[in-house]
Amino acid sequence: MERSLAETHVATSVGLAHHFDDVEQQREAGTLGMWAFLVTEVMFFGGLFLAYILYRSKYPVEFAVASNSLNVTMGFINTLVLICSSLTMALGVYFSQVGNRSLLILFLILTMILGLTFLVIKGVEYHEKYVEHHIPVRFQTYQFKWEPRVSEAGGAREESSRAVDTGHVEMFFWLYFAMTGVHALHMIIGLGILTTLVLMARRGRFTPEYHSPVELSGLYWHFVDIVWIFLFPLLYLIGAHLH
Amino acid sequence: MQSVAEVVPPRTHYLNATYGVKSWLLTTDHKRIALLYLTSVTFFFFLGGLFAVLIRLELLTPQGDLVQAETYNRLFTMHGVVMVFFFLIPAIPAVLGNFLVPLMIGARDLAFPKINLLSWYIYNVGALFTVIAILSGGVDTGWTFYTPYSSTYSNGNVILTGIGVFITGFSSILTGLNFIVTIHTMRAPGLTWFRLPLFIWSHYATSLIMILGTPVIAVTILLLALERIAHIGIFDPAVGGDPVLFQHLFWFYSHPAVYIMVLPAMGVISELIANMSRKNIFGYKFVAFASLAIAVFGFLVWGHHLFVSTQSVYAGMVFSVLSYAVAIPSAVKVFNWTATLYRGSISYDTPMLYAFGFIGFFIIGGMTGLFLAALGVDVHVTDTYFVVAHFHYIMVGGTIMGYLGGLHYWWPKITGRLYPEAWARFGALVVFVGFNLTFFPQFLLGYMGMPRRYYAYPPEFQVLNVMSSAGASILGVGYLIPMIYLMWSMRYGPHAPPNPWGAFGLEWRTSSPPPTQNFEQTPVVTWEAYEFRPREEMDLLGVRDVLDQTLRPRPVGGEGD
Repeated sequence: MERSLAETHVATSVGLAHHFDDVEQQREAGTLGMWAFLVTEVMFFGGLFLAYILYRSKYPVEFAVASNSLNVTMGFINTLVLICSSLTMALGVYFSQVGNRSLLILFLILTMILGLTFLVIKGVEYHEKYVEHHIPVRFQTYQFKWEPRVSEAGGAREESSRAVDTGHVEMFFWLYFAMTGVHALHMIIGLGILTTLVLMARRGRFTPEYHSPVELSGLYWHFVDIVWIFLFPLLYLIGAHLH
Repeated sequence: MQSVAEVVPPRTHYLNATYGVKSWLLTTDHKRIALLYLTSVTFFFFLGGLFAVLIRLELLTPQGDLVQAETYNRLFTMHGVVMVFFFLIPAIPAVLGNFLVPLMIGARDLAFPKINLLSWYIYNVGALFTVIAILSGGVDTGWTFYTPYSSTYSNGNVILTGIGVFITGFSSILTGLNFIVTIHTMRAPGLTWFRLPLFIWSHYATSLIMILGTPVIAVTILLLALERIAHIGIFDPAVGGDPVLFQHLFWFYSHPAVYIMVLPAMGVISELIANMSRKNIFGYKFVAFASLAIAVFGFLVWGHHLFVSTQSVYAGMVFSVLSYAVAIPSAVKVFNWTATLYRGSISYDTPMLYAFGFIGFFIIGGMTGLFLAALGVDVHVTDTYFVVAHFHYIMVGGTIMGYLGGLHYWWPKITGRLYPEAWARFGALVVFVGFNLTFFPQFLLGYMGMPRRYYAYPPEFQVLNVMSSAGASILGVGYLIPMIYLMWSMRYGPHAPPNPWGAFGLEWRTSSPPPTQNFEQTPVVTWEAYEFRPREEMDLLGVRDVLDQTLRPRPVGGEGD
């Protein structure tokens, strides 16, 4: 009894919680827990992707036309930004493993800057949509509006003006805002986690023996990036053939 | 005060280790969190029960006279929402599971104690939203929130209730996640997967459903709430949306949710049957894998809720066949329990009475489920009291019987006190009679065509409805009896020995109530989950001392020391 108390006391210094036998068990539990959590996240996004698959297969033309009105350049830049943030996050995890505190903090902050960049660009895009009345709500002061663009190529315009149902276009934008909105929410939560990690790192809480919070947050961050890797082509690129 | 002569209660245990409100509200001890959950779910059980009382009072007479139709809609909705999301789903996993999973696997706590506490707070925040929704007028959509009524027309507090359910879902996810990780990584040395008690297997299967299903209802309710706010959305035909998609997404979670409710109860029953008939469970591996099979099949049958909702008849056929398939692992369990009882040394103490009740009710509820999974019959009884009776036999007759049986069985471990056996047997009998009188007439009503969710009905249905309401009042008394004597026993009950039932399982090898760290030293397991043998053989093998508690007196009502 006394021995185990003493052990606990020693163990605390390397971040071992009292109910685990050793650091290895604790690390294993944390990793499994994070993967299980990511499975729930997959199921959460799964509902949105199911709705997307259903309605895109029902209304392919409208989805292509609506997708075409998104700002592909900004979407592409954001994709690059997120891929880079995954790299900086991975480097952060690496430097937490080797115990280099200053580089760990540097790469965590770089990841945060890239994450913020993504959100700012996303905000600019949302603002564009707001100005164009592409936000799919039916308020008295604000209504969704859709006018086929004149700049479209002849064939596409002909096709779109013939068959496009404004309601189905609105459905695309509804899914666009729901999916990117939920994704952006995850990014914001990720930034909160990164802030905590930076504060913990500054206090020297991470050692080569104990760095699982960084590793697990890395898993989360990569997951959120991967979601975007799916969202970008599904939302931005399906209308590309209309050009 | 009172104490059994040979058992000296441990000086400090998890209940008296620290004192004060703060030591409870900030605890990370899984046993204390289980008790926090116990108080929360008990509150919601009686709140949901209150709505049931009003429903049964209204249905006492054929005319709609006690409340208005609108109010009645709100009553049965709030009854369903409160009972399903705030009692039935958390009841066994969050109370008994929380308390027992670490004890049964020889761990000091769940893998993530802080997340465990967080889950209780999340549950209460969700509950708060729902209570506010109730107090500000309630919601009238039915607990299923079907669109387009819920998204467009209902004037109830759909969003507030939805937020409540959404938030509470995360407490369920966190509980499931905690169990999965704990069972994977924190088993005591020697405790292999096939040495785990069946309670653990069923909780593992439940946890899988929790982490796979709950996020789907979360996103569905989120989409519904957004649709209500934006006045347009993916379930709205105005933009080409399909309201039936909501039903698919809803039942993708809510059918497996039925297994979240009943699988833990099955785990409880497996423990009760084996330990209280003093026989090894018949076909341990079959029972264990049946839990997983139910969890997996449970995800493939949601379409049987949509037989009359424009679903294609071919999809209906597939869902019908798959629904029949779920009956196989369920039947495996029932047969194996029965085979375990065969020539067992059965004791008729209260937990066993509840276990018998469970098996009987589960058979009736399960068999009528097969009626409902049959395409033709289902058309006849869809949305009638037949459905209501069926799922109450599973949810009330299954889950609550398992919950009460488990609560009595582990009560000495949880509180360190014995409950009064005579009163408890009487209570179990009252519950049994009241339950059957309440719900069996509803099968007949439904088969004769009385639709659910109506506050008035033709006079020829009155006799059966009066029977049902009378049964409900008996059932209500049956639930109050344990409430009273269990609370009484916490203070005045005789002290419990470590293993009052002479049961297998690591939880019985520590003191009652257990110390905060559960075990004085981590146990090393060298035996199977259930190793009952004839006494002579046990003596021969020298394993009698393992079960030396067997010879201790059984808890009997009024018997103090």
